[in-house]
Amino acid sequence: MIKAILIFNNHGKPRLSKFYEHYSEDTEQQIIRETFHLVSKRDENVCNFLEGGMLIGGSENKLIYRHYATLYFVFCVDSSESELGILDLIQVFVETLDKCFENVCELDLIFHVDKVHNILAEMVMGGMVLETNMNEIIMQVDAQNKMEKSEFFPFFSLFADVYLSVYQAGQVDTGRHRRGARTRRIRRKEHESPRNAQEHQHWRHQHKSAKLTLLQIVAARWLPRPADVHQCLL
Amino acid sequence: MALKIVKGSIDRMFDKNLQDLVRGIRNHKEDEAKYISTCIDEIKQELKQDNIAVKANAVCKLTYLQMLGYDVSWAAFNIVEVMSSSKFTYKRIGYLAASQCFHESTDVIMLTTNQIRKDLSSPNQYDTGVALTGLSCFVTPDLARDLANDIMTLMSHTKPYIRKKAVLIMYKVFLKYPESLRPAFPRLKEKLEDPDPGVQSAAVNVICELARRNPKNYLSLAPLFFKLMTSSTNNWVLIKIIKLFGALTPLEPRLGKKLIEPLTNLIHSTSAMSLLYECVNTVIAVLISLSSGMPNHSASIQLCVQKLRILIEDSDQNLKYLGLLAMSKILKTHPKSVQSHKDLILQCLDDKDESIRLRALDLLYGMVSKKNLMEIVKKLMLHVDKAEGTTYRDELLTKIIDICSQSNYQYITNFEWYISILVELTRLEGTRHGHLIASQMLDVAIRVKAIREFAVAQMATLLDNAHLLTGNTQRNGICEVLYAAAWICGEFSEHLENPMQTLEAMLRPKVATLPGHIQAVYVQNAAKLFATVLRSQEGNTDRTAAQETSQLMIDRLPLFVQSANLEVQERASCILQLVKYIQKLQQKDVEVAEEVNALFAGELNPVAPKAQKKVPVPEGLDLDAWINEPPSESESEDEKPRTMFTREETKHSRPRHTEVDEKELAKRREVRKQEQASNPFYIKSSPSSQKVYQEAPGVDHIPVVQIDLSVPLKVPGLPMSDQYVKLEEERRQKDRADKKKKEKKKRKEKGGRRGKRDSGPESEEDITPAHMVDIVTEEMPENALPSDDDDKDPNDPHKALDIDLDSLVAAARRRPLADSEKLPVRSHRSSEALKTMAEEVEVVAPQEAKKKGGKEKKEKKKDKEKDRKKSKEEKKKKKHKHDEGEEDLMGGQTEEPMVQSETTNDVVAPPPTTTAEEVAVTAVTAPAAAAAAAAAAAAAAAAAAAAVPPAASGSAPDSEPDEPKDAEVDESKSSKHKKKKQKKEKEEKDKKKKKKHHHHRHHSDGAGEESVQNGTVEEEEEPLPPMSNYCLLAENSYIKMMMEDADTVCDIQGNLQDGSQVVVSLIFENKCDSFLKAMEFNVLDSLNSRLQRPDGAGPHDGLTVPFQLPPGVSNEARFVFTVKSIVMPQKLKGTLAFIVKNEDSSTHEKLDFKLHFTCTSYLITTPCYSDAFAKLLESGDLKASSVKLEGIVMPFPHLLARICFHHHFSVVERIDSCASMYSRSIQGHHVCLLVKTADQTVSIDAKCDEPSLLSNVLDEIKLTFSQC
Repeated sequence: MIKAILIFNNHGKPRLSKFYEHYSEDTEQQIIRETFHLVSKRDENVCNFLEGGMLIGGSENKLIYRHYATLYFVFCVDSSESELGILDLIQVFVETLDKCFENVCELDLIFHVDKVHNILAEMVMGGMVLETNMNEIIMQVDAQNKMEKSEFFPFFSLFADVYLSVYQAGQVDTGRHRRGARTRRIRRKEHESPRNAQEHQHWRHQHKSAKLTLLQIVAARWLPRPADVHQCLL
Repeated sequence: MALKIVKGSIDRMFDKNLQDLVRGIRNHKEDEAKYISTCIDEIKQELKQDNIAVKANAVCKLTYLQMLGYDVSWAAFNIVEVMSSSKFTYKRIGYLAASQCFHESTDVIMLTTNQIRKDLSSPNQYDTGVALTGLSCFVTPDLARDLANDIMTLMSHTKPYIRKKAVLIMYKVFLKYPESLRPAFPRLKEKLEDPDPGVQSAAVNVICELARRNPKNYLSLAPLFFKLMTSSTNNWVLIKIIKLFGALTPLEPRLGKKLIEPLTNLIHSTSAMSLLYECVNTVIAVLISLSSGMPNHSASIQLCVQKLRILIEDSDQNLKYLGLLAMSKILKTHPKSVQSHKDLILQCLDDKDESIRLRALDLLYGMVSKKNLMEIVKKLMLHVDKAEGTTYRDELLTKIIDICSQSNYQYITNFEWYISILVELTRLEGTRHGHLIASQMLDVAIRVKAIREFAVAQMATLLDNAHLLTGNTQRNGICEVLYAAAWICGEFSEHLENPMQTLEAMLRPKVATLPGHIQAVYVQNAAKLFATVLRSQEGNTDRTAAQETSQLMIDRLPLFVQSANLEVQERASCILQLVKYIQKLQQKDVEVAEEVNALFAGELNPVAPKAQKKVPVPEGLDLDAWINEPPSESESEDEKPRTMFTREETKHSRPRHTEVDEKELAKRREVRKQEQASNPFYIKSSPSSQKVYQEAPGVDHIPVVQIDLSVPLKVPGLPMSDQYVKLEEERRQKDRADKKKKEKKKRKEKGGRRGKRDSGPESEEDITPAHMVDIVTEEMPENALPSDDDDKDPNDPHKALDIDLDSLVAAARRRPLADSEKLPVRSHRSSEALKTMAEEVEVVAPQEAKKKGGKEKKEKKKDKEKDRKKSKEEKKKKKHKHDEGEEDLMGGQTEEPMVQSETTNDVVAPPPTTTAEEVAVTAVTAPAAAAAAAAAAAAAAAAAAAAVPPAASGSAPDSEPDEPKDAEVDESKSSKHKKKKQKKEKEEKDKKKKKKHHHHRHHSDGAGEESVQNGTVEEEEEPLPPMSNYCLLAENSYIKMMMEDADTVCDIQGNLQDGSQVVVSLIFENKCDSFLKAMEFNVLDSLNSRLQRPDGAGPHDGLTVPFQLPPGVSNEARFVFTVKSIVMPQKLKGTLAFIVKNEDSSTHEKLDFKLHFTCTSYLITTPCYSDAFAKLLESGDLKASSVKLEGIVMPFPHLLARICFHHHFSVVERIDSCASMYSRSIQGHHVCLLVKTADQTVSIDAKCDEPSLLSNVLDEIKLTFSQC
């Protein structure tokens, strides 16, 4: 069972918190703080497991985390989960975010927590792993977003079929590229207000490392050991 | 209208959305709280509007604020509103918010039931999906109960997307509503073979979670999982399954043997590290479970260790960590194979990653032996010196102490070495573990008598150098050791070489800077020292020395009298007055030394840590009762001086002395050195310190330098542990040489008869301790209670899920789902009543059932005792038969005339030791019920016959394990495993209680099931009394063996298809602490009924019970009997023979029992329509009989339910206080009842085509009611 999923940045600001057991708001904040305290002390290139998670459920639990650019992704799990499996799951999660947000960075998570939650809900449900296949996850997320849109722009549904067929065709052949391009188009059309974009730029300037998106950093870090990534999932 | 809409949407445009909120918060970094509070006000306004879009937007923002730590529970109702929006967008927002902030005590949750149900059945799969996702986070017992059925339906949804979500959420439902597990399980099991990999994976996930907590209930699924494991390619699923097997193997070693090969193959073939790691882990679990049995697995161990070594050597820290983790598991059972990798593990101690170092430390703990302890500790000491972080160093320190002190100092051969290690550890800066070192010093000094002299010398040196320990405020943790040092020096002062010097050291003014509790010990032990000094000095001719000592005490003690610490003050002033008095006596030339010494006479013995807990509470003493009336609230608040007697420790006035440090220290140092130089005894105590001073040109010329505390100090006078390593080596060599010499001599004497036993490697036993060490064992109070620590968490939700599923899977007909177990389905009327009814029954049942059982036991004890004596001499051997073919064979004999068997035979289980109090019980009450068969029949009476083969095959493998040719069963054999499973299991006694409870639960289920099924329930207002199918058959207990006994619970299921068979289910429970095995069940056949035995077995052979029973475990076996005539009740005598196996012995035991087949056990509940019923009555074939029951006070529905349950009738029709009932025997006799009630009198008019059967049934009914 996964007990909690936390995302916070290098300063301990929560970007997403999902507890699969109930805690009061105060306890939740304390857990986030303490987890951050534990995790942020650790060097890069040490192992990604932490014991002594007295925070949630005691010693049976482990913290399994990964550090991407400015963000920590922390999963608190009990002994029934495979440690390496969860590491891969985190990787899948981030890659999925990357696909859905197109070069995801911290800002995306800041402004679209709800979307991150929706993506996460397709992967983990009630503390149990629901789906580990990235394409499947993305398909479901897209389909739901599409539905949302059709509720506001009824004409959208007219194109939905065409849209879907293009999408699926893209998947079958070498379509990652095409799909990416399409996502970008939609994004522009959609929410990204110019103000937001400006801020985005500004923010990226401020944080040097943020120039790299999360995943690029990941690649840099994990490249020397390619066998590591997707040890079990893909 | 249109205008309003437009206006609404314009409003909306001006509202802040989530992005605006986030941006706003980021722009108000300084006054974030204030900004957010204004936002919350806005949100409150928005929530008041009618427009759902506005509300959803507000709720969305609240979800974000919740993440930041704001309580948003006040908006729960609005969240429900948004959840119920018809638009998916809003619905999703609502469910997300609910999943983040709803929990069990959110009261609006109960409003959501219908909405969720609607969403679950929505045609849009994403509506359903979103509802499922949300529900998974906030499901409550009520929701689980109400929605379980809807979710069950979704498990077979056409869309895999919904199916997998429905499957996953079932786990949550089970947790909240355990009753749903049994009904849902078959479908869940189906999903293991779902065509969609996602659904399959979800099912595996759920079952793994379930099985992890209650593995034994899932052993029967092992073959299925085995198949999955060999066929699946999804690594995620594989990992889960392999982990599950890891949990199952301890229960069933044979499963383990099967697993080894495929797992080894996977280890060789897979490229996924995670899978490899889990495989290795499970292989280790298998090996652990097999460790006692098979020696032939060294290859597998080697493979594991070798693979783990690869992991540990990997550059990836994660793999390294996991490798070490798994290694520590092997260590427990196969320490040898791990020890060969000591180099690698020591290397990991140098790793930069703390987690890895800690793991490696754990491993070291198990790797020490007498031989390498010193070496390993030496390495660790090096690490202690090098370690930077205090936490890691503290960890090292505790590990060193753990390693050395493990299993009562088993590995320490030289305690001088250990003391010096402890002393070296005192030089650690800023450690928190001063008290740990101190307690070790005390423990060793007290318990190892031979070491006291050395220890005292060391402690004296420590006291002398106390300023080094206390000099730096940072080091205050370590000053705890002075507590031990002072105490040891005082208590064992007779070993001190120079007590006077130590006394002076203890009375230095600087001592006043120590924490209070240490000072107190100082003062007290100064007095002890004083006594010793007096004694030695009074022997001298010069009396002045003694008087000077007294003067010293009188001079120094006032310092302590002024102490702020009460304890110190009190002791000091007492002792001061005492010394003053002594001085007076001394001046009169009176010898006082003896009297003073008498103050401290007597030896202190170590007491075991748990000794206090084990002192039995005297009878009649209630520790929780108030001695006096409890003080009123206000009083206790006024009372404050509670802290008076507790330690006021460390806060004590340190600062004033810390400033003096440098100068003071230097001065003192010089003084001390002068003392040392002039003290002839000093140097003796430690050779190494001698060396230090020899090198120096002269004591006076030592330049006083500032002490650099970051460099570990070589405290003069303190021994270095290293030297012991060398010494020890030499000593061992000498020992060996000596031994060889001796051996040579011997050999010479023996004429070199056996010349080969030369210089083999030194074995553990060869290493003799340096000095004769007697480790004093810790004292325990007399008649200490045996420890019964139960660590089980009574609140664990998984306890409730310990539900027997085997019966469900293996033999669905045995205990099929009862109606009450079916998930509640929504209906317009009466469903609510029905539910509550079922619940009530559930609640009442367990307690009542227990009570009943207890009573029965008592009265049964007596008569069984008699029976036992009678038949104790009878011995039987039996074999056991139980085939499907057999059943048919017996089927032909049904029509033969009945002969009532009166032969009774007893089963004896003679005690393992001769004296025994045995209890054997006949099944008294009649409820030899056919719950299972009854229900099956109710469903489809005609299909009953068809159900035989599967049923029989379900039980067949259980009963024929002794047959040599299991070859064809091979693959499916694991189903059998479940029966043999608990071999290795060591259960605590408390487990037993749980078990019992467990059974009772089943019974109550049964009770509910019958009543509901018979349709009597709807009108029921009061809860039904509990009814049970199982009754105690026989039980015995042995005094000698403590808790050693077994009992047998029996449920006779007169069911059966071909009209001649009765299946008896027996639950065997091992109540003793020993292993029960080779159980043989035998019954003395009568002419009318006989036990079915396998082909070729003689009529007197017993049947082997297909399992063994570890302590505290219960298991169930079924036996088939063939009955020729069913019109009379009958009894069968039987014996259960078994072997009680202890660690050191095994005894044959017997238990006698009587099986009672009542006539009602031959009846099967069969529904009948009223018109068919009427026709039957009109036919005139039936003979009538009637009975009157007086004084029945129970309500009529209860009465009916009781008849239905105990006697397997079904209600055909009920009108007011009058009901017609029907049942059928296994041979097709119709039994019709007309039950009428008036004023506590119940009259039953009955008709049946077999008069004797009828009269017996009526008698039994009468009996049933006379008992209640």
